[in-house]
Amino acid sequence: MGKKVISGILLVAMIFLSVAVVGAQTKVIKIATQSPLSGGMSAVGTDIKNGAQLAIEQLSGPLAKLGYKVELAPYDDQGNPDTGVANAKNIVADPAVLAIMGHYNSGVQIPASEEYHSAGLANISPANTNPKVTERNYLEVSRICGRDDVQGAVGAQFASAQGMKSAYVVHDKTAYGQGIAEYFQREATALGIKVRGFAGTEEKANFDSILTPILASRPDVIYFGGMYDQAAVMFKQARQKGYKGMFLSDDGFDSSDAAKIGGKVLLEGKGTYYSTVSGPAASYPGTAKFIADFKAKFGSEPQPFAAQAYDSTALALVAIETAAKASGSAMPTRAAVTKAVRAIKDYKGITGTMSFNSKGDLVKAKYFIIQVVSADPAQWSNNKIAKVLEIEPPK
Amino acid sequence: MRIAQLPLSVREIVKPLGRMVVFVVGAGALFSAVMILLALLFKGSAADLQLIEYMDVGILPYTISILPQVLIDGVTLGFVYAAIALGYTMVYGVLEFINFAHSEIFAIGAFAGVEFLLFMERLGILSGATGLFAYILLVMAVLAGMMASGTAAVIVERTAYRPLRNAPRIVPLISAIGVSFILQDLIRLVESLTSGQFHRIFPTFGPFDDRVSLFSFDMKMGPVDVDIQVKSIVVIVAAVLMLVGLNYIVNATRIGKAIRAVAQDRSSASLMGVYVNGVIAFTFLLGGALGGAAGVLYALKFTRIDPFIGFFPGMKAFTAAVLGGIGNLTGALLGGIVLGMLESFAGAYLTTFTMGAMGAEYKDIIAFAILILILIFRPSGLLGEQVSQKA
Repeated sequence: MGKKVISGILLVAMIFLSVAVVGAQTKVIKIATQSPLSGGMSAVGTDIKNGAQLAIEQLSGPLAKLGYKVELAPYDDQGNPDTGVANAKNIVADPAVLAIMGHYNSGVQIPASEEYHSAGLANISPANTNPKVTERNYLEVSRICGRDDVQGAVGAQFASAQGMKSAYVVHDKTAYGQGIAEYFQREATALGIKVRGFAGTEEKANFDSILTPILASRPDVIYFGGMYDQAAVMFKQARQKGYKGMFLSDDGFDSSDAAKIGGKVLLEGKGTYYSTVSGPAASYPGTAKFIADFKAKFGSEPQPFAAQAYDSTALALVAIETAAKASGSAMPTRAAVTKAVRAIKDYKGITGTMSFNSKGDLVKAKYFIIQVVSADPAQWSNNKIAKVLEIEPPK
Repeated sequence: MRIAQLPLSVREIVKPLGRMVVFVVGAGALFSAVMILLALLFKGSAADLQLIEYMDVGILPYTISILPQVLIDGVTLGFVYAAIALGYTMVYGVLEFINFAHSEIFAIGAFAGVEFLLFMERLGILSGATGLFAYILLVMAVLAGMMASGTAAVIVERTAYRPLRNAPRIVPLISAIGVSFILQDLIRLVESLTSGQFHRIFPTFGPFDDRVSLFSFDMKMGPVDVDIQVKSIVVIVAAVLMLVGLNYIVNATRIGKAIRAVAQDRSSASLMGVYVNGVIAFTFLLGGALGGAAGVLYALKFTRIDPFIGFFPGMKAFTAAVLGGIGNLTGALLGGIVLGMLESFAGAYLTTFTMGAMGAEYKDIIAFAILILILIFRPSGLLGEQVSQKA
């Protein structure tokens, strides 16, 4: 009994003491991440978290000198809007969180960022391409990747540069696919490519009746706005019906399953290309050290968007540092961090030099056109980069 | 020599073949004529001018130039629908209820066939398969699909329909819809446990992707090649064999006579010594096996399958069965061909004729609108009234 009382008192004393010591030495700042850590997209989502973790370990030195300890607070949004919003409520309720890095899916980022907006918490997105992400003009929301509306136009510019004179545009009738297809069509028409048809389809297996008018109109390029599971099947059936021209699609095509479905027909004729906002990590000039560090720490090649996660976390750290210096000994406020993010000029990240415009888009973002070079799904990540463009977002 | 003088067994093979030729040629000629008439009407219209501007070809030559391809696609699709429709129509003929689980029976067949071929691929047998061996493998895949689907159909009948046989008609219908959901999720469960993937890809092997050039003709815009894929020929030939085989079983064999007897009057047939439960189980086996074979052929033709693959072909085959006159085997064939043609024609011409206002995705609306029209004027289907004999 006596022993227990004494040890209890000792324990309580130790807890108080340790809290006091930590409190005196360092103030804790948290950077939260949200990405799918479980489920079908967890490979990409986990590496988004890992990219952020690596950035905090390597780049939080200046803040440590100011007496702050930076911690990572990873959350799993499961690629699900409901979960993302619930997590967002928890994140904004924690006063130590000064920035949130994340979301892989635009469909999750858009509702969750409403929470960040009302709490004044800075959100830097590594991967969300939907125009609406920044079109709401929230001061809190910025992104370091490209936009769907530009991506469609990039496809059209590439087709035009390849000497394509006519095109047939097909889309999957989703907001994403149809949106990109419309941007493609607009730009293609402006560049003098004849768009011989514009059709939407939810068909997943039998493209016969859609392909007959397409093939009769003999387009130089068939553009598909949508995901690989439709695009690859349609491309395959078009080739089997004797189409010899070029296939072009969007970042929804960026999956090794596309090679599994399409197989060697993707390489025939004038080949298959797709546009994306995230090239393989190795395609950026500054990422060599990042890839080596990432492999050493996590034991695997970084997935798409890991390098962007590293950069967006780095930007958050820079902004927090600026705000901390301005606030003196007090904890920097969320409002100050939010302002500091947008004030960053020409930050040299590993995926490029970054400044934000008034909406929160990069002043110039990178877009890639990638060519499928192998029918083997395992070789998908070695697809050839046909073109890299840096383009301003629409005003 | 007249057909009626032939022995019964020969007659029951010649007759359905003759009907198929009549239906295909008749429907093809009718649809082509309507299409050419439409093209003539549209001459000088905005759609015509747009076509001339974009492709340097008027609407009439354009219509004619893609016509052969549209016909071939329509016939192929029509035979697939007909093969599935037989399953609906046979069960309806015998039990007078719609077996809505048939679309999932179809999906099970597709998965069994594709899984068999994927297994062969893993064994390394598939890559070396050429010529005759490729066809043997395909036949084995179709047989695997038939066995899986036939078994599934018999089990479904035994567990979900037989206990409800004397219940009001709506009850087995609800049971069928329930079974349909259960089977869908069962496929998903099995696939996620074994392969971890919901969709499977029909492996590429043999000569099935090759194209056979039929003929070519010169148009102003250049030569037009008309060709047909080997797999489309395989689908058509297999469907014809199945249809003829089924017709033979139902009309020229002892078990077929028993099926017809049960269809006409179950209790009287039972009094005459027909084993009703066995006959009904056999009907499900036949219908299921045909659905399974159609599933594998569908996977061969269209490459990608998922657990929900059965829904739309099932819906359309059911429609085809109703269109032809449900319960009537010949009607299912006619309905399938008409629906396949309708879909193919609407899909191919809609975009051009409406100048893109209605794309190919509206093909089902056109097809089903025409279906509703037909049913308003012939409520029992195209052949429903003329042929009193049920399956």
